[in-house]
Amino acid sequence: MAIEQPFSHKHVLSLADLAPEDIGLVLQTASSFKEISQRAIKKVPTLRGKTVINLFFEPSTRTRLSFEVAAKRMSADTFNISNSGSSTAKGETLIDTAKNLAAMNPDCIIIRHSRSGSARLLADHINASVINAGDGTHEHPSQGLLDLMTVQERKGRIAGLKVAIVGDIAHSRVAHSDIIGFTRMGAEVHVSGPATLIPRGITEMGAVVAPTVQAAVADADVVMALRIQKERQQDPLFPSLREYATFFGISRTVAELARPDALIMHPGPINRGVEIDPQLADGPRSVILDQVTNGVAVRMALLYLIMGGDRSS
Amino acid sequence: MSQGWLLAGGRIIDPANNIDGQGDLLIEDGVIAGVFPGGAPAERVAAAEVVDAAGRWVVPGLIDMHVHLREPGEEYKETIASGTRAAAVGGFTAVACMPNTRPVNDSEAVTAFILARAREQGAARVYPVGAISRAMQGETLAPLGEMRRAGIVAVTDDGRPVANSQLMRRAMEYAGNHGLLVISHAEEMSLSENGVMNEGALATRLGLRGIPHIAEEIMVYRDLALALYTGRPLHIAHVSTRESVDLIRRAKARGCPVTAETAPHYFTLTEAAVDRYNTRAKMNPPLRTAEDVAAIRQGLADGTLDAIATDHAPHSELEKEVEFDLAANGIIGLETSLPLSLALVRDGVLTPSRLVDVMSRNPARILGVAGGTLGVGAAADVTVIDPEARFVFTEAEIVSKSRNSPFLEWELQGRAVFTLLAGRVSFRR
Repeated sequence: MAIEQPFSHKHVLSLADLAPEDIGLVLQTASSFKEISQRAIKKVPTLRGKTVINLFFEPSTRTRLSFEVAAKRMSADTFNISNSGSSTAKGETLIDTAKNLAAMNPDCIIIRHSRSGSARLLADHINASVINAGDGTHEHPSQGLLDLMTVQERKGRIAGLKVAIVGDIAHSRVAHSDIIGFTRMGAEVHVSGPATLIPRGITEMGAVVAPTVQAAVADADVVMALRIQKERQQDPLFPSLREYATFFGISRTVAELARPDALIMHPGPINRGVEIDPQLADGPRSVILDQVTNGVAVRMALLYLIMGGDRSS
Repeated sequence: MSQGWLLAGGRIIDPANNIDGQGDLLIEDGVIAGVFPGGAPAERVAAAEVVDAAGRWVVPGLIDMHVHLREPGEEYKETIASGTRAAAVGGFTAVACMPNTRPVNDSEAVTAFILARAREQGAARVYPVGAISRAMQGETLAPLGEMRRAGIVAVTDDGRPVANSQLMRRAMEYAGNHGLLVISHAEEMSLSENGVMNEGALATRLGLRGIPHIAEEIMVYRDLALALYTGRPLHIAHVSTRESVDLIRRAKARGCPVTAETAPHYFTLTEAAVDRYNTRAKMNPPLRTAEDVAAIRQGLADGTLDAIATDHAPHSELEKEVEFDLAANGIIGLETSLPLSLALVRDGVLTPSRLVDVMSRNPARILGVAGGTLGVGAAADVTVIDPEARFVFTEAEIVSKSRNSPFLEWELQGRAVFTLLAGRVSFRR
């Protein structure tokens, strides 16, 4: 597979670090890899002999599995470390964990962690490449990329589209990566939700703050509902899930305001009936499962671009 | 009898005595013996060691009214010995140390311990500041009178605010009985809780929980209202926001007995310094915006802010080389305060005389301690500054036990070259 353009990044920590050309290259590479997952023998030797460690300090089913499937389809050796079994549970610091892992010479570490900036901290203390699989309320770049890929596939373009993102913009790392990614690729991103969940300075990230959910969704090409984290109710951010669903959920009536061919997206896992009407999530315009399929392709592309090549051998 | 000194041919800057000009400063028996604009008479200097101060500034010893010396309890970060050595290197002859040690300085015993250590090992005068509340828990008054008797000069729960307004009011009233100043760490905790940097676009991009500037201002306003109501003097620590400066300016105009300090990082750095999760720029209050920096500089220029203090807060790598959320607040400052403040003189914000006011004379006056003057008969606490020296601030030259500075590898200009404490050399470059 010949890639003409070089990908100059050793780590993928944040979409804010990637130029539009970088993002374009990831999407193009991911499309070309998608076919591998449809073969009878779903495996290519591209990353044979490479070591990938999944270092997950937060529970995750979809993302961890997606990275593992992606690495295995590229023939890399993968190892999973989860929080409960790790030495962090015994009090080891993240930097010590990093140094110990580094001593085993991995090529790539995929980290998910509850603290913003932890992926950067790991990258600063290790020679291996680091992919951020979600750090606190900062970013989740591979999710942003798979959302871009899904929209690109269905719409044939990203530039000029209106993307509505509704929900907990303040605490959603997916929203942050999506806002950066979609605006960088020329789309217009409108956000909405309870004012308590719209952070200050979000417009400087490129988003337009819509006055109502209806205004955000009106004539949108893409409507994305974000997961409401139930534990957020402890902060006085909104009165109840019932009230949230009534005023900020994507109902069928609200979805009617979008363009007839609008895509319905959700980064998962879904609280059915809270942030989105279940019939929309399962309906014909929903691309929620495409997002999962594309997640594997995007992660194969990222692993390939930062480790493959092959610059090392 | 200690040695005599003649600091010859320097620019003597002593606003307390309306002096700013070329001359000789003579020191005998640990006290200022005279200032001679035309040069000291030969018969007076016979016994003195002459130090050529040409091209240098000769000023009253600098006083940092807000430092954390970490002793007792956290000697791995700093000790009274190492902290006062760092002070001497930075040109300081006196520091006021905050009570958030382990145990908290909320008793005569801890105050006495600090003063004993300072007498044995100190390279600068140490003025302990006691806690307002027992164990700094914000519930009941600490024994202010007993601590005063042992030697504290002020009280504060610095590091945390006194959330209970009634307790703060009572502290201000009762401190008056003992002639103690109350220092306010102004922070409305319900707004700042769990925050780790200034609230705004950068915090949003980094996914870090913000501390809004109003968290400081609401509490500044409360404490100004209490000072005006009780008529008791109040000092506001580490002012970091534009609106705080404005509130203090207006309160002073109304006759409120308030003084205020800021720190070099608040007139030098913006929140941009924490980008890429730089824990060496994490502090409380957090670094703010360019508008706030401009207002702090204006506040220093027009006298709204009375003092520059460092909030010297040593932490080991253990507390700083971690996830940003988990990193300790605070930076060291004693060894960079003077060069960063001299930049204000070069920028035209302060005259040299005003610089001496905010770094020596005013802190002495606010705390009610000696110093801040080169008047004849005063203790010879003197700092000689080379305002031109350029140097790169490196880890290797740090004297403090900790290295948590956002100014590492900065090229700085101007520093202390000779520090005298009661006529004895505490630092000589």
